[in-house]
Amino acid sequence: MALIESTVSAPPAAAPRPARPRRRPSMHLLFLLPALACFTLAITVPAIMGIFFSFTDSVGFGEFEMVGLRNYAALVTDPAVLGAYAFTIGFSLITVLLTNALAFLLALGLTAQIRARVVLRTVFVMPMVISGIVIAYVFNFLFSNTLPAAGQAMGLETLGSSILANPDLAWISIVIVTAWQAIPSAMLIYIAGLMAIPYDLYEASALDGAGAVGQLRHVTLPLMAGYIGINMILGFKNFLAAYDIIVGLTNGGPGVATRSIAMTIFTGFERGDYAYQMANATVFFLISLLIALIQLRLTSKESK
Amino acid sequence: MSTLQQRLTRPSRARIGREKTNWPATAILAACAFSVLMPLFVTVSMAFKSAGQAVDGKAFSWPDPFSVEGFTAAWELVNFPRAFTISLFITLISVCGGVLVASMASYAIHRNWNRKFYRYSFYYLLGAMFLPFPVLALSQVKLTGLAGLDNPFGVAILHVMFGLSFNVLLFTAFMRGLPAELEESARMDGASTWTAFWRIIFPLIAPMSATVAIFAFLGSWNDFMMPSLIIAEQANQTLPVVQQLFQTQFSNNYHVSFASYLLAMAPSIIAYLFTQRWVMSGLTQGAIK
Repeated sequence: MALIESTVSAPPAAAPRPARPRRRPSMHLLFLLPALACFTLAITVPAIMGIFFSFTDSVGFGEFEMVGLRNYAALVTDPAVLGAYAFTIGFSLITVLLTNALAFLLALGLTAQIRARVVLRTVFVMPMVISGIVIAYVFNFLFSNTLPAAGQAMGLETLGSSILANPDLAWISIVIVTAWQAIPSAMLIYIAGLMAIPYDLYEASALDGAGAVGQLRHVTLPLMAGYIGINMILGFKNFLAAYDIIVGLTNGGPGVATRSIAMTIFTGFERGDYAYQMANATVFFLISLLIALIQLRLTSKESK
Repeated sequence: MSTLQQRLTRPSRARIGREKTNWPATAILAACAFSVLMPLFVTVSMAFKSAGQAVDGKAFSWPDPFSVEGFTAAWELVNFPRAFTISLFITLISVCGGVLVASMASYAIHRNWNRKFYRYSFYYLLGAMFLPFPVLALSQVKLTGLAGLDNPFGVAILHVMFGLSFNVLLFTAFMRGLPAELEESARMDGASTWTAFWRIIFPLIAPMSATVAIFAFLGSWNDFMMPSLIIAEQANQTLPVVQQLFQTQFSNNYHVSFASYLLAMAPSIIAYLFTQRWVMSGLTQGAIK
């Protein structure tokens, strides 16, 4: 389609049209070049700069020397970095599972024969439009005041004090708030997927004697597999870059128990670890790239 | 496009023999809806409390008496008009810039798809879709500082550039579905590229522009990470970032902090409630692509 159209507007090789075909591409170039130039300055240059400095001992200013792979060698033995990767990946996996399970159930509910569909859908999408840091501050209050008060009233010892101050439990609060905010977008994708399932498939399976559970297992889930895959990958990719909500809830604490990869990278500003954290960022980039490649494979399989 | 609209507005995934209202599902969903609304309810109720009532930190008690002293205090403390204006400034540039830059670039790429330069430009722009902001942050902070762009304008530019990959993908996909005849006939009548784009193409891609605009709005209005790192001057910070104030100081003036959170949340919630239908189909469209 695109090819046909563009051959129409492109000058035919055999019999060039006068004047106009030559003017058009130059105008098109004007449409594209500013975007390309700004993009190169804003994205490509910083990316190359980051990779370059990851092989130096720069502290962010002044002179520096090339140190080869020394930063990378230090990364793999740095407990702070390894801890951040372990925490972020673990948190992302749990959040992705929780988010998708709940989003899928909500999507099933919202596409069933229910009342007040519009109102309910409006409510369920709302977390998506609220700033992550602000809602994290609200939950921060609930986790450090309301929940402990309820825990004390019920005589539960673990809940009696703020879970945000508990190194073993603080991650749960981050999972809850991240899922609270991430569910709507996953849910919208699932709703679109469920709406696309042909009605006759349900009719046919009902004739074959499938009940609600049977239909879910043998019709809905197989047909939704692609959507589930995309949602999992998209969510995982986003959660790996987690920052706002963690800042609002625990700010990486207590200690460094909930410090994410992004937070570790940003310490490069504070402690003269500039080049070192550039190496960390480069590793993070490679991981993101890997996930993106998996995502591309999934999407291209979908569209075939 | 039309099938998507139909899908979204189609009444339900009604199963055979089940045309009755599913009351259990309705009840469960309503209960879930309350858990979604709970933190928002707490925000509202805390915000309208008086200093004397808020100090006990009880989240679910109703404000008695109703008081707006939290709002007047928050308004002054975070300099709400200034933070709001700066957030609005960044958001406007991100939304308008995002739509314009991406749609014009996409148009050029789409029209010249048979030329190597444009095709490679497309893949080049697409590459950044896989770059999360933390990867580039350290270099970008340094470069924006050197370029004198460590301010709201710099943040807006970065938002536009980070969105470019995804937006170009959305726009080019959408343009492929447009009929070429309209533009060709305008060409016959002597329209220039400029006129053809503004008069023919831009109105036709309006649905996708709406999607791009909604994503750009949500991404820039609610963002915390980028402005907090890029904007050097604390007085120029955005609405989400200035809320930090209540974590370091005034942390026990709950009625003030919650009034401020409510002021920060309200604009996007109100905008969402008024443009709900659009937002819903726009978000779905962007998400599926």
